[in-house]
Amino acid sequence: MNFNRRQLLGGGAIAAAGALTALDPRGDRAAAQDSSTTHAGMGTQGHGGGTAGATMRKGATVDHRANGFNPTDLLRDFDEGRTRRLASGRMLREWEIVAADKEIEVAPGIKYPAWTFNGRVPGPTLRAREGDRMRVRFVNGSEHPHTMHFHGIHPAGMDGVPEVGRGVIGSGESFVYEFDAEPFGMHLYHCHVGPLAEHIARGMYGAFIVDPRQGRAEADELVMMMNGFNTNFDAEGNQVYAVNSIAFHHVNEPVRVRRGELVRIYLANILEYDPINSFHLHGNFFEFFPTGTRLQPADFTDTVAMVQGQRGILEVRFPSRGMFMFHAHKTEFADLGWMGFFDVA
Amino acid sequence: MEAGSRSQPQVEGPAASRRRVPAWALGAIPLVLIVAALTALLTFGGDTLGERLGPPVEEIAVERTVLRPGEIELTVRNTGPDAVTVAQMFVNDTYVDYRTTANEIARGGSETFTLAYPWQRDSPYLVTLVSETGATTEHEIGVAVQTPSADAGFYGLMALLGVYVGVIPVMLGMLFLPFLRRVREHWVRFFMAVTIGLLGFLAIDAYVEGTAIAESGTGAFGGTELLFIGAGAAYLGLVALDRFLRARGERARATGASAFQLSLLIAIGIGLHNLGEGLAIGSAYAIGELALGAFLVFGFALHNTTEGLAIVAPLSDHRRPSLARLAALGSIAGGPAILGAFVGASAYNAELAALLIGVGIGAIVGVIVQIVPAIRDGTGRALYPASVAGILAGAAILYTTGLLISA
Repeated sequence: MNFNRRQLLGGGAIAAAGALTALDPRGDRAAAQDSSTTHAGMGTQGHGGGTAGATMRKGATVDHRANGFNPTDLLRDFDEGRTRRLASGRMLREWEIVAADKEIEVAPGIKYPAWTFNGRVPGPTLRAREGDRMRVRFVNGSEHPHTMHFHGIHPAGMDGVPEVGRGVIGSGESFVYEFDAEPFGMHLYHCHVGPLAEHIARGMYGAFIVDPRQGRAEADELVMMMNGFNTNFDAEGNQVYAVNSIAFHHVNEPVRVRRGELVRIYLANILEYDPINSFHLHGNFFEFFPTGTRLQPADFTDTVAMVQGQRGILEVRFPSRGMFMFHAHKTEFADLGWMGFFDVA
Repeated sequence: MEAGSRSQPQVEGPAASRRRVPAWALGAIPLVLIVAALTALLTFGGDTLGERLGPPVEEIAVERTVLRPGEIELTVRNTGPDAVTVAQMFVNDTYVDYRTTANEIARGGSETFTLAYPWQRDSPYLVTLVSETGATTEHEIGVAVQTPSADAGFYGLMALLGVYVGVIPVMLGMLFLPFLRRVREHWVRFFMAVTIGLLGFLAIDAYVEGTAIAESGTGAFGGTELLFIGAGAAYLGLVALDRFLRARGERARATGASAFQLSLLIAIGIGLHNLGEGLAIGSAYAIGELALGAFLVFGFALHNTTEGLAIVAPLSDHRRPSLARLAALGSIAGGPAILGAFVGASAYNAELAALLIGVGIGAIVGVIVQIVPAIRDGTGRALYPASVAGILAGAAILYTTGLLISA
C-alpha cells in the first residue's frame, strides 16, 4: 500500500455524499437533510473528542497571526470603501482589491496554498447602499490570471468573466470595475477565470452587501461564508469545512452575542466540490430573507439549505443565555469542521 | 647491453612493489576512497542537482492497527524519501483527537498515534491521515474487533492453535510409518512421489499467498523480493545442512543413518513452512479474521496430516526408529506453528510474514530435491507412470483438503 500524493487523489471519502445529491438541487436538499438528522453526542462544552463529538487534535491551534486574519474579526468586518459625494449627489465608493497567492492554515497544522483577495479567505466584505456608485480597482498581484465577478445588476463589460469587456486580468495587471450597487440584498463576488472550480475552491470569493435605501433595523451584524478546502486537490469533496475558512474556529472561540439583541447574519454558501450546504441553529428559530432582496421574511425556521452561490439574511434574537450550537445540517460537514457556538451573554 | 641491463629492473619494478604492499592494504585503500567519495557526495552532491521539481513526496502507510475500547492505535511508517508531518486525522469523516509523541515521521521512521474514537464492534472504518500539506492517506479497517491483549490466556490460546494446526496433524500423519514399513518397495516409492506432489503444491500455494501478503505491506522493507530472499536463504541453508550431515554420516551410511537424515531434513523443511503458516493464522486471529472453530481445526488436521506422511516415508526401510526420535521429528515439523502463531498474533508485520513464508518455500523446494532420488526406480528414472500418478495424487490431496480451510 504505497500512497504517494497523486495516488491519494482518488481518496475523496466525501465524494460519495456529493454524488448522491448531484442532479436536482431541490431533491438534493431533501436528501441531504434526511441523511443527517442526528447530531447527538456533540459536547455542549464545545471541545468534543471521543463520544463528545468531532474535534481537531487537542491542544493544536491555528496561527491566526501568520494567516493574517482571525475569523472572529472577519465576522463583523465590513468594508464600506472610501466615500465621496458625486456632483449628482450620489455616493461614490472606491476600493482597491489585491489578489495574492498565500498559504493559510485552514485547520491546526494543515496548510493550504490559497489564492486570496486582500490576503484573506473569504475576501473583504464590500458594503454599499442601494444606488451608490461602486468603483473597485482590482490589482492582480497573484501569479495566476483572475477577475472579479460580482453578483448584482451591472453592464456586461463589468461582469468580470473571460472574453467579455476587459475579460481576464493577467498577473501584474489591474482593472477598475465600476457599476451601481443594485439590487439591495446579500450578494457575493468571486473570480471567474477557468478552471472555475479551482479558482473558487482556492479561496477567491467574498461577500457583497447592498443595504436598502431606507436601511435595516439596528442589529449586531455578522457575515458567514460557508466554505471548505479540498486539501488533497482530488476535486472530490473537501477535507476541511467551515464558516469563514477555519475549521471548528467558533467551537474554540464562540460567537459572542447579547441576549435579546437582534442578530443579523449575512449567510452565503460558496463551497466548491459539494453540491449543497446548510445552516442549522440550535435552541432557536430565525427569520429568513432569501438573497435579502425583500424586506419581508420568507420563512421562520432553524435550518436553511443553499446551493453554491445561494445566500440570504437571517435575523434572530436569543431569549436566554448559554451556548447554542450552529452547524451544517449535513453532519459529515459538521464533523469535518463546519461547527460552532453562539455564546449568549 | 647497458640499456638492456637498466631496463631489467623497470620490468620487475611493478611486480616487486605488488609483493611489498600487503593484500589487506590493497583492499583497504579502495574502501577508504569509496567512503570518502560517498561522504563527499552526501555532503555536497545534493546541492549540485538543485531542488526537486515537485512538492515533497509524502508516502506513509499504517503498519499496525490496535483496537481498544474507545481507541484506535495506528503505527504509521514513512515509506517515502521525505519527512512527513501528520497534522490531523479523521475517522469516517469525523475529525478526532489523538495522542502521539511526535507528529513528524522521519524518512524510514515510524510513529504511533492513539485516536480517541468510539468505534463499534464488527463495523468497518476508514481512517484518513491529513498531512501538513493537506495530502491524505487512507487506512481501511475491514472489521473492527478488539485486539487481543498479550496475556497468559492469549499465549495459551496461540499455543493451542499451533498444536492443533501443526503438531497434532503431523504426528497423526506419522502413524502411517508401520504401514509403510510393511508394503513393498514400489509402494514406498509411490508414497514418496505423493509426498513430492504434496510439497510441490504447498510451495505453489505458499507462493501465491506470500505474494499477496508481501504486496499488502507498507513496502518500507520491500515486497515480493522478500519471498525470494527467504526462499533462497532457506534452500541454500538446507543444502549446506545436508552436505554437512552427509560428511559426518559417511561412515554410518551402512546403518541407514542417511534415511533418518532425510527424514530430519524433511521435518526441518516442513517446520520452516509451518512457521509461516502459524504466522498467518495468528495474525488472522489478531485482526478478527480467523473463523475459529471445529472446521478450522479439522481442515488443518486433514491438510497437515499429509505432512507427517512425508516425514516418515524415508524411514520405511530404516531400522525401527525410537519413539523419542519420531517425537522429535514431529515436534521439529509441527512445533514452529506455535512460534509462528505467537509472532503473528502479537507482532504481525507483512514484511516479516513474507520473509518467513519465503523461508518455507525455499525449505520445501530443498526437501523436494532431497526426496527425488528416493523415487527413482530400478532403472534410475524419477518420472514413470506410478511416480507421476503419485505426484498428481499428492497435489490433488492438498488441493482438496485446502478447500476446507478458509483461513
